[in-house]
Amino acid sequence: MTVVELGWWGVPIGVVGGAIRVSTPFLFVSLGECITERSGRINLGLEGILIMGAMSGYAVSYASGNPWLGVLAAGGAGLLLGLLHGLACNLPRVNDIAVGIGLMLFGTGLAFFLGKPYVQPKAPTLPAIPLGAWSGSPQIQAALQVNPLFLIGLALAIVLAWAFRSTRWGLVVRMVGDSSDAARAMGYAVPRVRTISTAVGGCLAGVGGSFLSLYYPGSWSEGLSSGQGLMAVALVIFARWNPIQCFYAALLFGGAGALGPALQSVGVTSGYYLFNAAPYVVTLGIMIATCSPRRTLAGAPGELSINR
Amino acid sequence: MKERVGRLDRRELLLGLAGAGAVGALAAAGRAFGADKLIVGVIYVGPRDDYGYNQAQAQAAAALKKMPGLTVVEQEKVPETTDVQKTMGSMIEQDGATLLFPTSFGYFDPHILRMAEKYPKVRFAHCGGLWTEGKHPKNVGSYFGYIDECQYLNGVVAGHTTKTKKLGFIAAKPIPQVLRNINAFSMGARTVDPKITTQLIVTGDWSLPVKEAEAANSLIDQGVDVVTCHVDSPKVVGETAERRGIFVCGYHADQSALAPRGYLTGAEWSWTAPYTTHVKDAMAGKPMNNFMRGGLKDGFVKTGAYGRAVADHARKSADAVKAQMVKGDYVIFKGPLKDNAGTTVIPAGSAHKQTDVVLEQMNYLVEGVIGKV
Amino acid sequence: MASDRSGQWRHAAEALVIPIAALAAAMVVFGLFMAALGQNPLEVYALIYKGAFASAFSWQNTLSRAAPLILTALCVALPAQAGLMVIGGEGAVVLGGLTAAVVGHLLSGAAPVGVKVSMALGGMIVGGLWIALAGALRQYRGVNETISSLLLTYVAVALFNHFVEGPLRDPSSLNKPSTANIGDVNMIGSLPGLDIHWGLGFGVVFCVAMHVLVRSTTYGFALRIVGGNPRAARLAGLPVGALVLTVCLLGGAAAGLAGAVEVAAVHGSANASLIAGYGYAGILVAFIARQNPLAIVPVAVLVGGLSASGGMLQRRLDLPDATVLVLQGIAFMLILGSEALYGRLKPFRARVA
Repeated sequence: MTVVELGWWGVPIGVVGGAIRVSTPFLFVSLGECITERSGRINLGLEGILIMGAMSGYAVSYASGNPWLGVLAAGGAGLLLGLLHGLACNLPRVNDIAVGIGLMLFGTGLAFFLGKPYVQPKAPTLPAIPLGAWSGSPQIQAALQVNPLFLIGLALAIVLAWAFRSTRWGLVVRMVGDSSDAARAMGYAVPRVRTISTAVGGCLAGVGGSFLSLYYPGSWSEGLSSGQGLMAVALVIFARWNPIQCFYAALLFGGAGALGPALQSVGVTSGYYLFNAAPYVVTLGIMIATCSPRRTLAGAPGELSINR
Repeated sequence: MKERVGRLDRRELLLGLAGAGAVGALAAAGRAFGADKLIVGVIYVGPRDDYGYNQAQAQAAAALKKMPGLTVVEQEKVPETTDVQKTMGSMIEQDGATLLFPTSFGYFDPHILRMAEKYPKVRFAHCGGLWTEGKHPKNVGSYFGYIDECQYLNGVVAGHTTKTKKLGFIAAKPIPQVLRNINAFSMGARTVDPKITTQLIVTGDWSLPVKEAEAANSLIDQGVDVVTCHVDSPKVVGETAERRGIFVCGYHADQSALAPRGYLTGAEWSWTAPYTTHVKDAMAGKPMNNFMRGGLKDGFVKTGAYGRAVADHARKSADAVKAQMVKGDYVIFKGPLKDNAGTTVIPAGSAHKQTDVVLEQMNYLVEGVIGKV
Repeated sequence: MASDRSGQWRHAAEALVIPIAALAAAMVVFGLFMAALGQNPLEVYALIYKGAFASAFSWQNTLSRAAPLILTALCVALPAQAGLMVIGGEGAVVLGGLTAAVVGHLLSGAAPVGVKVSMALGGMIVGGLWIALAGALRQYRGVNETISSLLLTYVAVALFNHFVEGPLRDPSSLNKPSTANIGDVNMIGSLPGLDIHWGLGFGVVFCVAMHVLVRSTTYGFALRIVGGNPRAARLAGLPVGALVLTVCLLGGAAAGLAGAVEVAAVHGSANASLIAGYGYAGILVAFIARQNPLAIVPVAVLVGGLSASGGMLQRRLDLPDATVLVLQGIAFMLILGSEALYGRLKPFRARVA
């Protein structure tokens, strides 16, 4: 296998590879948050759920020897924490943004606390699917090493988009999110639908977290997440609550995160902190460009508290 | 109203019971301490089991725990803010510690210096600081190891093993200690083949797993086939290298278990020597050793065992250099030495032994390193 | 009227009893958690008390930790009066600290009093502007201020790191990149007789002043209307935009002052140690204090005490440092959940005449 000197071509290839690698947790978390927000709740505790999912996935994978069991456990942990959020927000006068911040703190603390014994051991990681086998260049092969979770996420995005449009369940969620009065008039238990949506959202966020610890970077440590859970919330708004657009947005954010190291590896070395800030600046720019005070965000669920 | 009074009564009763229990537990908690002759406190900036810097310090602390007449209290994840002053104060006032090992570089100024003035009878042994006679109090000492010697040996082995002649170095921050390591690694490799280059990527902070993984991947995409690093926890770099099928040289502590196929050798700390010296001095009441430095010769650092992939001629070559270092004969930084912008940083005929303090202010990258400070 | 006054007392009692009960419940839940892990909960409580409040030393430890939290909590509590949920205090702290360090260094020849005042002002202005940016984005572009302030925090930390390690770096600060030192004469000292710097004093004064502002002035009244019912405020012709921006300025100024004090009282320059999570801890304090500026002070002392006791738990029981995080998370969740109890508990309900 000859290694070809890539030079500046390394940057776009690195960005594409990085986009696929780094975007998967964004994808899952944003799809989960998409469901939650469509039902009228906003869950800022995703950061805590993400980390808890990463830790529990790693722990179960280590204990059982099977990384997929780890993914399942991560989903379960996310489900429980999402349920906690949902139930807490059902209480009267409780602000869902505040509960989200609390959950972020609680989930992070719990994960660090329980995860102490798992920093050292090495758990089995998820396999990759080599989509780049057609290329003779090992760099392209590596960039296109796709993780099954990425493909599952893509499929999930398509399924969700269809579900929101064409199934009864999707309609119920959307109605609860747009107008709780109308939903109640139709006989749907608004709190129950929202709690279930938040729990499912948490489950997906947990799975997204397990990707971090079981595939990339593939180990559990306390610095694993750098705000991905919170960026996912912004991502959903940017994607206008549309699952397919969530997929593209996740790729965009993943690529922005990979830009810094890719540029450094070809010698653009100054200002690496500013490159590190790129994803956040992009998010902010997008939000500024697409929001407007006069009309509510087009396509936003009417009940979402951030619009009021 | 009666209900409320009733509830208050019950609550008062419960509070009273809890209070009594607490006082009892307090007494019990207090009794367990202060029995030993010397109480030593160790403070870590990160988790003890990070496969890296803190773990190396914790291994020395663990060795101390085996010594008789000694109690060791440890606290981890103490940030480099007034928190560490409070932690040191707690260890002194609440635990009765008289010898402290605050292990992170950033603890020195102003935190240790302030606490040292406040508690002149307590000894503070700091890792990495530059203790200066006359400027710093006598109850403070600094110890550090010349791990760049081991990075040099890493470089020699890497130089023999690389097929693409491209090496990679992932660094957290471009400070002198790190630059010294980068330069030593590159220079060691170039003794094997002067055409070898070392590509540098700076992540920006001591512990950023995702950035470290991305950096490793970018380097590998550029054709690097041996990588090493200077971050707090080399775990991610090692695992990424193994997954992508390249070689890795370890740092801080032993990472051979993480990369069974790709691990070449490693640069590791061995802090047991300075720790034990300080403890023995404290127990005997001898004055504190204010400035301890050591390399391979003094056992402050060590190299990792060679991995499967290291060829015989590479082992022999590295062992030969190591033998010279152990004798104290080998000089890494000698002239003529140019930095990677072409300026001469060490003129011909001039040489800096490992103990030369000017090396601790290094601010350049040598020829052969691709990157900027 | 008698019933009016008793209503006020009932209200005040409710506002005191319910949070305290929630905190007590959090301790119980935490104790159960500890018991489930094989620790003796009573021993844990004892160590927490010992580490936080038992001796003069632990009190100083607690108060030192509480000092920055009081100011950063204001950064959340003040905009909350106008109905905004701003959680970007961390960004204001680091930029405020950076500004103070730069100002202090530039002016270091001048009279120390002037330098100190300029540093504080510089920190407050920059911190205030940063949070006001989030407020402006909300007011004029409809961008949710929680998310924007959080994103701005990440941007602020990146800017801080870039400047401290790059253009503003002191060439002699080798192994710990910092800005140039402001000089010992310009450092803020400790409160008389204590080992705690003046930041605590500033914090308490700021809180009391803000309490007066919010409760007793027309400005504060207008703020609370905007917070309670923005539509009504607009209909009444209140200058909502100006109110939102100014309250964000005030909150950001508090956080910026916290950063400036950290630089002037502890480090003498700006470096990575400034990024210590004070902003995030301030969020916790503000919520437990239910956004009331006066309540922030005792709550900050409590949270500071809990953080201070974390060291004891680590050293004596070998518990990880995240233990205190778990306790704080539980406390936060229970305090938020207890919001539902206001107006529902029998002893506090108004009696029907």
